[in-house]
Amino acid sequence: MYFESFSEFLNMGGHGLYVWMAYGLSAVLLAINVVLPIMHKGQLVKEQARKLRREQKTS
Amino acid sequence: MWKTFVAWFHRMGSPKWFYEITGRWIPWFAAAAVLLITVGTTWGLAFAPADYQQGNSFRIIYIHVPAAILAQSIFFAMAIAGGIGLIWKMKVADMVAKSCAPIGATMTFIALFTGAVWGKPTWGAWWVWDARLTSMLILLFLYFGVIALQSAFDSKQSAARASAILSLVGVVNIPIIKYSVDWWNTLHQPATFKLTEKPAMPPEMWMPLLVMVIGFYCFFAVVLMMRTRNEILEREKRTQWVQGLLSEKG
Amino acid sequence: MANDANPQLAHEKQRVVRREDGVRTSSWRAFTGTLKRDLLLVFRRRSDIVNPLLFFTIAVTLFPLGISPESDFLAQIAAGVLWVAALLATLLSLDSLFQQDMADGSLEQLVISPHPLAVMVLSKVLVHWLVTGLPLTLLAPLLGVMMFLPDDGFGILFLSLLLGTPTLSLVGAIGAALTVGLRRTGVLMTLLILPLYIPVLIFGTGSVIAAVNGMAVAGHLAIMGAMFMTALVLAPLAAGAALRISLNG
Repeated sequence: MYFESFSEFLNMGGHGLYVWMAYGLSAVLLAINVVLPIMHKGQLVKEQARKLRREQKTS
Repeated sequence: MWKTFVAWFHRMGSPKWFYEITGRWIPWFAAAAVLLITVGTTWGLAFAPADYQQGNSFRIIYIHVPAAILAQSIFFAMAIAGGIGLIWKMKVADMVAKSCAPIGATMTFIALFTGAVWGKPTWGAWWVWDARLTSMLILLFLYFGVIALQSAFDSKQSAARASAILSLVGVVNIPIIKYSVDWWNTLHQPATFKLTEKPAMPPEMWMPLLVMVIGFYCFFAVVLMMRTRNEILEREKRTQWVQGLLSEKG
Repeated sequence: MANDANPQLAHEKQRVVRREDGVRTSSWRAFTGTLKRDLLLVFRRRSDIVNPLLFFTIAVTLFPLGISPESDFLAQIAAGVLWVAALLATLLSLDSLFQQDMADGSLEQLVISPHPLAVMVLSKVLVHWLVTGLPLTLLAPLLGVMMFLPDDGFGILFLSLLLGTPTLSLVGAIGAALTVGLRRTGVLMTLLILPLYIPVLIFGTGSVIAAVNGMAVAGHLAIMGAMFMTALVLAPLAAGAALRISLNG
């Protein structure tokens, strides 16, 4: 472990703000990239289910 | 060997087969991505030694460099997929090219943002017209161009072919842009401090970097497969197998 | 005829000869034909010629008003301002390339003509350059005076624009062809083409700055010439393919 204590790890010798800002936003962006397709798929399934129900009702 | 590749290439062309195969691959790639990225990040952030000049702000390299590498290779992948879609009229290739664009744009933005943030403690300014940051910015405009063109057409087929042409034109221009921006930078910029100093990095510094790059590639594979599968469901929703699949899940 | 013994063969040869007469115009004649037609059309609509020049002049005069009228300051930014204004003027005039032909349907005739589409696109780009690029290049030195451009910069400004504006028209033709079929293009074409214009801008301004500082200029112009040749060969092909897509899009 390069740093003695966890608080020093957070502080990163004064550069903590920049390091955590960079990693923080990157993590958020990567997470968005994973969540979007999953939600999109859920939408597709719901849409298909609604269409199916409508067809059953009419047929 | 060649015959099996050709057979595999054509089978990948069928959306149904592509959907099933990637369905089995996603969990493996996802596990690899999560493992590699967490290991690489903790290794790079907590265990790797700090740079003797820049101190700890150097650790941003472990997210900046993989994102920059991904940004460029995704553009090439998009152009190749677009080219295949254009030449062999392969729907799956068009869908892969369409799914590449947003991931590439995110990677470029991450590389740009982390590069700028890294510049603050190193050069004292949020934005520096450093050659690599500038060509990364232009690459971002190229990505936005492809995404905007992709959504400008009504019929999905011509949208795919138009953005395939734009990404092929773009990929021809990437080296030209990089060369002219590098030249422009050396003309105007006094020799500023480069992001990573030239002395070769000791292994305990570049090892986590290698792990992160591979992890990012796995991440790219996972998100690409997920997005392409959604595209398949959307574009093939009139086929039996998609309707069956969706109603099963519904 | 010696081989008249076989009437079927004679008839076959006869038909082939007639087909060749049918295709009367060679590609060169088609090229010049389109060129004349478009030039005639453009000179009937004066505004297409004047607008880019007006925009170029007004855009350049904004900088002394917006930043500062001091001569030594303007001399520094003169090359860049002139080049950026010329680039934007070209960009704005690009939709005149295919838009009217798309509207009146002559673009379809062009695409289905037997002649190679790249040749036809080249004639359209040449018209666009003659109508926009060339006048901009001729006007630029005059505006250079207004911007206090140092004396030894004028020759190279003219030369770099002479080499650069055709490249801008050629690369711009790709963007125009990609977006010709769309209803609301607006900023889309700009977004597509500007990244591709940046190398031309860098070397164009670079050559003028090098000339002003008394440095060698041959290298810059050589690279601009190379970019022009590459665009001359590749851009019509890409634009042709883009036209085919936009038409049946």
